[in-house]
Amino acid sequence: MSALLEVRGLSVEFDLKDGTVSRVIDGLNFELAAGRTLGIVGESGCGKSMTALAIMRLVPVPPGRIAEGAIRLAGENLLDATEARMRDVRGNDVSMIFQEPMTSLNPVYTIGDQIGETVRLHQGLGRREARDRAIEMLRAVSIPAPEKRVDEYPHQLSGGMRQRVMIAMALACQPQVLIADEPTTALDVTVQAQIFDLLKELQQQTHAAVILITHDMGAIAEMAQRVVVMYAGRKVEEAPVDEMLTNPKHPYTRGLIACVPHLEADPALERPPLMEIPGVVPSVAELGRGGCPFAPRCAEAMDRCRQDMPPETAVGEDHTAACWLYPDAEAAA
Amino acid sequence: MRLPAAVAKRMGYALVLLFAVLVLNFTLLYLAPGDAAETIAGEAGGASPEMLAKIRKDYGLDLPFHDQLYLYLAKIVQGDFGHSFYFDQPVTTVIFENLAPTLLLVVSSLLIAISFGTFLGVFAARRPNGLLSQIITVLALLGYALPVFWTGIMLVILFASLIPLFPTSGMDAGPLGASGFDYVWEVLHHLALPVLTLSTIYLAFYSRLSRASMMDVLGADYIRTARAKGLNERVVVFKHALRNAVLPVVTFAGLQFGALFSGAVLVETVFSWPGLGTLAFDSILRRDTPTLLGILFFSALIVIVANLLTDLAYRLVDPRIKTAGKT
Repeated sequence: MSALLEVRGLSVEFDLKDGTVSRVIDGLNFELAAGRTLGIVGESGCGKSMTALAIMRLVPVPPGRIAEGAIRLAGENLLDATEARMRDVRGNDVSMIFQEPMTSLNPVYTIGDQIGETVRLHQGLGRREARDRAIEMLRAVSIPAPEKRVDEYPHQLSGGMRQRVMIAMALACQPQVLIADEPTTALDVTVQAQIFDLLKELQQQTHAAVILITHDMGAIAEMAQRVVVMYAGRKVEEAPVDEMLTNPKHPYTRGLIACVPHLEADPALERPPLMEIPGVVPSVAELGRGGCPFAPRCAEAMDRCRQDMPPETAVGEDHTAACWLYPDAEAAA
Repeated sequence: MRLPAAVAKRMGYALVLLFAVLVLNFTLLYLAPGDAAETIAGEAGGASPEMLAKIRKDYGLDLPFHDQLYLYLAKIVQGDFGHSFYFDQPVTTVIFENLAPTLLLVVSSLLIAISFGTFLGVFAARRPNGLLSQIITVLALLGYALPVFWTGIMLVILFASLIPLFPTSGMDAGPLGASGFDYVWEVLHHLALPVLTLSTIYLAFYSRLSRASMMDVLGADYIRTARAKGLNERVVVFKHALRNAVLPVVTFAGLQFGALFSGAVLVETVFSWPGLGTLAFDSILRRDTPTLLGILFFSALIVIVANLLTDLAYRLVDPRIKTAGKT
């Protein structure tokens, strides 16, 4: 299995107002093959969305910059690409669906214009062909009466419909990689399931590689084959999805899984108490203070955790974690 | 709400507003000190008390207030705006002679202020802390602080004595001036300073407004979407951002049209521009009430029409307005 997208040692830094530099993504590694889905999970502020923007090379510069690392798409390092080359890649080879369907579409242009714009740009289609393509894409994402909807404006559509439009727009050029940044967070639960089904179906048709960014473990279990757990800009654990859900190693991953509420079939049964992870994600100003960034919130933290950063270590077959709880980690250090 | 229905509704409001303007203007001028009969008599070289009484009777000035108001309104409905004591001509004739220069001044100032202001604002927004941004901030501050007549007088001093590049008074070189295309050039030459004076303030204002609005829009999610499509920065800024950023500019242009119009009165007076402003100013001194009332009425009409046009322009730029009544 050769990787379509390969992220190696990716670090993103931001200049803060007080003149210090904050490393919001630190030495991130992962890879992804065509037709597969990688889940990236973590709380808000863990660097998930910044990872997505870094792959698109849309990190706002300044104050941010991609400090080091490599992002290889089919062997080409995107960090070495010119801006003109990146414009060819964006929307064509790699596209993105954003979290907020309500505000991610331009309110003053019709959805047909906005979908058509992408294919006109990348495939050189004319106005009429682009419109036909937009209708075809709207039909592909199961929007009823696409011939009519194509001339409507975003405010005339519901949130779920708008997210479908975003998906249609992202897939219009049949990209190799689709990054979905919390695509269902802003939607009703029933609509969430529809969007996930749609994404899966379209992925099977186009054989695109998908990066699903979410904080919803349920969505990961449903969609992904592999999971990366991020905390404070670092990868803390990576494993295939079944392994991750049944045998989580890092205390943070365990916490995330314990946070998912369970529906009991019999309401008379006593429900297990809903767990929470105490404390909050460190702010950007608090990053890089030495030691494991999760240590202040970790029930199992030891002295060592507060002094040294744990390296990424194999904790099982095809399963890595960065935590001092595992003896191998100690040996590797 | 459908477009024709919306327009009809707005026109209805406009009529009510115009009626209120008429009544209010008439009342204010009735209450103002000064006696038109004495002014008229003064023009004729003084008069006896009998003469004054006759003038009052002829012009209906001896009638009670409500009768005068009723007569005034009844005539306006018939399109008769009265007769100017001073010019001895129908008020409408006098006003129409002065309307074109004012519209030329106001409309060109507005267009320059909006287009250049927006242009500057867009560029400043790209570098919120850059030099252009700072200059615009200072200009806007000056624009707010400096009264328009002062700016005008300073420009007159500058161009009349120091750098005599532009004429400082009037609209053309008089009856001995050029004709045809040369005349157009001559008028534009005379227009330069009044337009500069009137537009500077608004130019600063619109550049600041569009800068703020543009910075806001450039941070919007749909701009990130546009970039993620692979569009180049020019398309992102001028297609996706500008059309959204221009909405508040359109709103303010409509709201401020009235202010611009009253600014024109001062500018016209300073530069002796033969427009409605100069006429209004002179009519006040002459106690030429019918002319003054006529000017006030037509000014109100122009402002109301401008607001109506703004509304329509807004509908063209922002599709959300068209269907606002439907949802």
